[in-house]
Formats: sequence, C-alpha cells, structure tokens
Amino acid sequence: MKMLKNLLVATGLGLAAIGTAVTVNAAGSSEGHADAMKHMDWSFNGPFGQYDRDAAQRGYQVYKEVCSSCHALDQLAFRHLGDKGAPFFNADFPNPNDNPLVKGFAADWDVPDVDSDDGSAMTRTGIPADNFPPIYENEIAAANANGKAPPDLSLIVKARNGGADYVYSLLLGYDHEAPAEIAESMGAGSYYNPVMEGGVIAMPPQLQDGLLDYEGENAPAATKEQMAYDVTQFLAWSADPKLEQRKRVGFGTMIYLFLLTILLYLSYRQVWKNVKH
Amino acid sequence: MSGPSTYVPRTGFSKWMDERLPIIRMGSDFMTYPSPRNLNYWYAFGGILTLCLITQIVTGIIIAMHYTPHIDLAFDSVQRFKRDVSFGWLIQPLHAVGASMFFLAVYIHMFRGLYYGSYKAPREMIWMIGCVIYLLMMATAFLGYTLPWGQMSFWGATVITGFFGAVPFVGESLQQWLLGGYSVSNATLQRFFSLHYLLPFLIAALVGLHVWALHHAGQNNPIGISVKTKKDTLSFHPYYTVKDGFAVGVFLLIFCFFLFYQPDALGHADNYIKADPLVTPPHIVPEWYFLPFYAILRAVENKLFGLILMVGAIAVLFFLPWLDFSKVRSMRFRPITRWFFIIFIVMCFILGWCGAETPDNMVFTVGDGLGLNFLWLSRIATAYYFAYFIIILPAMSLIETPKERPASITEAVLGHADRGAPLVPAE
Repeated sequence: MKMLKNLLVATGLGLAAIGTAVTVNAAGSSEGHADAMKHMDWSFNGPFGQYDRDAAQRGYQVYKEVCSSCHALDQLAFRHLGDKGAPFFNADFPNPNDNPLVKGFAADWDVPDVDSDDGSAMTRTGIPADNFPPIYENEIAAANANGKAPPDLSLIVKARNGGADYVYSLLLGYDHEAPAEIAESMGAGSYYNPVMEGGVIAMPPQLQDGLLDYEGENAPAATKEQMAYDVTQFLAWSADPKLEQRKRVGFGTMIYLFLLTILLYLSYRQVWKNVKH
Repeated sequence: MSGPSTYVPRTGFSKWMDERLPIIRMGSDFMTYPSPRNLNYWYAFGGILTLCLITQIVTGIIIAMHYTPHIDLAFDSVQRFKRDVSFGWLIQPLHAVGASMFFLAVYIHMFRGLYYGSYKAPREMIWMIGCVIYLLMMATAFLGYTLPWGQMSFWGATVITGFFGAVPFVGESLQQWLLGGYSVSNATLQRFFSLHYLLPFLIAALVGLHVWALHHAGQNNPIGISVKTKKDTLSFHPYYTVKDGFAVGVFLLIFCFFLFYQPDALGHADNYIKADPLVTPPHIVPEWYFLPFYAILRAVENKLFGLILMVGAIAVLFFLPWLDFSKVRSMRFRPITRWFFIIFIVMCFILGWCGAETPDNMVFTVGDGLGLNFLWLSRIATAYYFAYFIIILPAMSLIETPKERPASITEAVLGHADRGAPLVPAE
C-alpha cells in the first residue's frame, strides 16, 4: 500500500506541475480584465456537458445577421450545421445534406465558384456541401475595410484564453470607462474593452437590446446578454463540434478503465499473495 | 539476455524454429526474465513509456494520412481531420495529449533512475542510451509541435531555430540549413514533417537497445543491492506483467481524463490561430515539458551562453555515471545526498515555473520595489541544477557516510537483517 501511495503522490506532483504551468500561462493580463471577465456556468462544461441547442440555433441567427458582415467561419461547411451534436441536427436526416433547414441556410449564401462552361469566376447559391464562404477577398481587403482584419470565428472559443467566458465577456465588455493612459493613446476607430488583451479593440460594440427579432414562438427577447449568450453557444459548438460525442465516449472509457484497473489490482494481489516483497 | 535460457521447445515447429531463428526462445526468455522481487511502482514507467511510444507512432501514422505539410493547408488539414474524418476527433488529441503524457512518464522514469542510482555500473550504457532517447524525444516533440502550423507552432519554431544562429562562426549557415531558408517557411515545415516522421523510429530502435542492455546488466532495484541469488528474483511474468498492468491502468485513467475532458489544458490557445508571420503573439511560451530548459536558456543575457547552458543541462546527464562515483546506488542509504536530491526536484519544478513566466515579473515583493524576479529565481535554480551534478554529487561521493545496507534483496524483504553486519559495497 505504501507503494500505491507513492504512485499517487508522484501522479499528484506531476499534475500539480502541469497545473501550475497551465494556470500561469492563462494569467498575466491587466487588472480591468479580471473585473470585466464574466464567469458563466456553461451548459457544455462538466463531464456530461451538452450544448444548449435552442440557444445555439438562435446563435446562428445572431452570427448570420450580425457577425457575418465581417467575420468568416473558415472551418465550417453548411452541412456541419446538421451533423450529430450540431445545432440543427435532425434524426430524420442522418445525412445533413438532406436536412431542409441546412439546405435553406446554405441557400442564403452566395459562394464563389468557376463557371464550368467558360472557366470564368462566378458566384452561385450555396449547397450544404459548401464551406461558409470568405467574407473578404483576402486579408488585405479585410484589414482595409475594418482597420484590422476581423478574426475567423469558427475556432475563436478555443483560440482565446478563457474560451466561452472570453467571447461572452468581450461582446458585453464595452461599458467600461477607459483609463486615462489608454484613452490618450487610442486612435479613431478603436474602442476600449478591458476583456481584449491590451484593452483596445478595433471592433465597435455590436450588440444592443432588440437588435434583431428571434424567430420561433417561444423565443426569448433579444437582449444584449441573451444574444451574447446565444452566439457564444453557437461559436462554442463551432470550435468543438465533437464535444458531446467525446464526453459520451469518455465516460464509457473511464468506467471501463476504472473497472479494468480494479480487476488488475485484485489480480495483482492474488498473484503476489504468497510472495514477500 | 543474462543467465542461461530456460526455454525448452516442445512442438516440432518450435524445435525446427529454435534451430534456425530462436525468436520464440527470445520471447520466452523475456517473459520469464528474473526481476528483483522488490521493484516498486516507480519501476512501472518503462512499460508505460513503451505504451506511450507505440500510441504516438500508431496515431501519428494515421494523422499523417490526412495531414498536409504545406503552410497554406497544414492548419486546415488538422481541423478537417478532427471534424470530418471518422475518429479524427479522438486520434488527434490522443497524439497531442499523448505527447504530454509521454513526457510526464519519461520525467518520472528519469527521476526514478536518479534516485535509485540506476545509472551506476554496470548500467552506464542503459542510462546513456536513455539520455539519447530523451534528446530525440525533445527533438521529435519540438518538430511535431510545428506541424499544426498555429501561431505558437510558428513562433516557437522561430525562437528555437533562432538560437542556432548564436553558434559562433557557423551559426547563421546552420540556422539557414535547418530552416531551408532565411525564416520559418514552407521548406521548414516540409523538412520538419519528414524528420518528425523519421525520429520516432530511431527512438524505437534505441528503446530496443535500452531494453537489451537492461536485460544484459539486470534491473536495478529500490535498495540498489545487486541480485545475488535466484531467491532475490521473480519471473517477469506473471509477477511484473500484472503489477505493471495495474500501473498502466492508473496511468491510462489520468491520460483519458485529459484526453476526454481537458484536451486543450496542456496546450496553448494561440495554437488555434493559424500561423501569421506578421503578428507576434504577446507571450511565446514552449510546451510545459520544455519550460525548465527554456528557463535555463533565458537565465543569462548572452544568447550563446544561454544556448551552452541549455545544451549543457542535458549533456551533463551523460557524464552522471562518473560524476557520482559513490559505490552506494540507492538514495535510501545516502542520508545527506537524499536531501540534495529532493531539493534538486524542487529546483526542476521552479525552473518550469520560471519558464512559464516573464523574466521581469516579480516572484514576490518586499516593501517598495524590492523582491525577487523570475530572472533571478531562474538563475538560482539553474546554478543549483548544475551544482547538483558537478559539485554536490562528486563531493558527496567522497565525504558522505552511507547508512547500513542489507546484505541482499531477500534479507531486506524478509527483514531479518543481522544487526551490525559490515557494510557490503554494491557491485
């Protein structure tokens, strides 16, 4: 048993070391940052976490009507919206390309293509198999139109320390007074947002109460907070679309491994029963 | 293999085979290998590491089927693998989390070797081959981290290859030769991919030598007293297969916790941003397993001296069997050195902490502006790191009086040690 204790202590030490490295990396921003960060109890946290499907569906509407005027979803195809675990999954359409909602969303977009007759550049109506099209021709055009190129949103929740909390807080983080030293150095077309690294952001505040009307009968009122919450649910799914599947498989695997480990321990006790060591 | 083989071929086929290629004999001897009966769980990490290597190679081969080593496509090809390929969502994090678990296990394995004196005669070759394996692991991990072509991939590669430029006279040429150009570019990515695929197979070959040397010289054990009689040993199977099996189970539980519930906790958020040569991330930090060496590298202002220190920190390990020439292997019987060893481990953790922090940040402050910053903390820890190998261990080998040791493993296990027996030097 002493050896078992040793093993546990060693594991603990190792994990503690890793933990230190991780938390230390996450730290190191301005003071205002800590105040402005909102810590939400996200439905997808925890060992059995799942996305709030209704919120993620509304989140797609927020993305489409607000964010998509500047931000692309580089890693997403329309068909992904109807995958298992995705906001618009429908068990009647295991192949998301057949899902009428997905078809409809794809048709809302024009995607670049090449004319198969004469080879000229053209645009056509999107189909589920298409990727979400880029918003700007290229990085330079994106930067030129916005001061700074708006980042891709498909991975934004994974690409920022703080994850979903960060995105949610950033969207709501515009109601803070800029400290004098930052206010002085801020040029035109930049805004104070303590959630942002350095406190200055090129994106103007986007969300305001009643900015859009949510579709659907039981839809909540489109308050700032509600929209920020919904679009964060959508973007969290977009960054980690296999989260639900991973956690489900993970739980089964952990149970299996746990039982196996107990059996191995009992076997060990049995095999070593008459051996002094 | 040490000791005479006990394998007796029984069937016609195995007799035929044994005369031509004694591979069944080899397997049988492996399974019945006489192992010291007092091995504890710290000795399970050899098996765990073998499992880690196999996992990395198998998952890596699958990922390579879907990965595209091109600067415009690499990042997206990893995402596509995770999103659209069957079980890609599982296999990619298995490989990424697996790398961290591999290093966790190798560090425990190395500290185990340091504590029980497993590097001493007649096991110097086991130890030095192990050091080469560790060096190759570091190279492989560094190369592999570049491949997803995220921001940290790109900037990590830029910083690390930059240090080669500090080598006198040939530095610039060396750096360009490594990069295949003047900066980290497509040529760099393609050669890194090629080498990342090559090195694990070299590691596998060296692991073969490592285990061969181990089976030739025999395993060390927690009391560091050599095996003397057959009573000191147990057959590898079933005794250690089942004991290692249990340890593997515990290890896999920890592995799976990270894999399924915290797959990104050991990485950096920045690496989910596609590499952009025009945007430098605010904090360029290597993966956790390199942090102690990164701290040593940054402990001095001079780039070349920093590089020498970092290389020296690993090179000194190769000389350890001769720096520590005490005849006593296990720290259990070295009352003073034992404490120096514990401080050494603490210093390694402190170095890791320093590596993750900005050098100018304060560890603590006393009053107004006084205190200790991470730069000086890393200098103290670096000094101790080297002093441990170069001063403390040789000095202790000369002056320390070891504790009384049991005459044999059997005696230690059965506990009827003859009090006042003369100290038996470990051969």
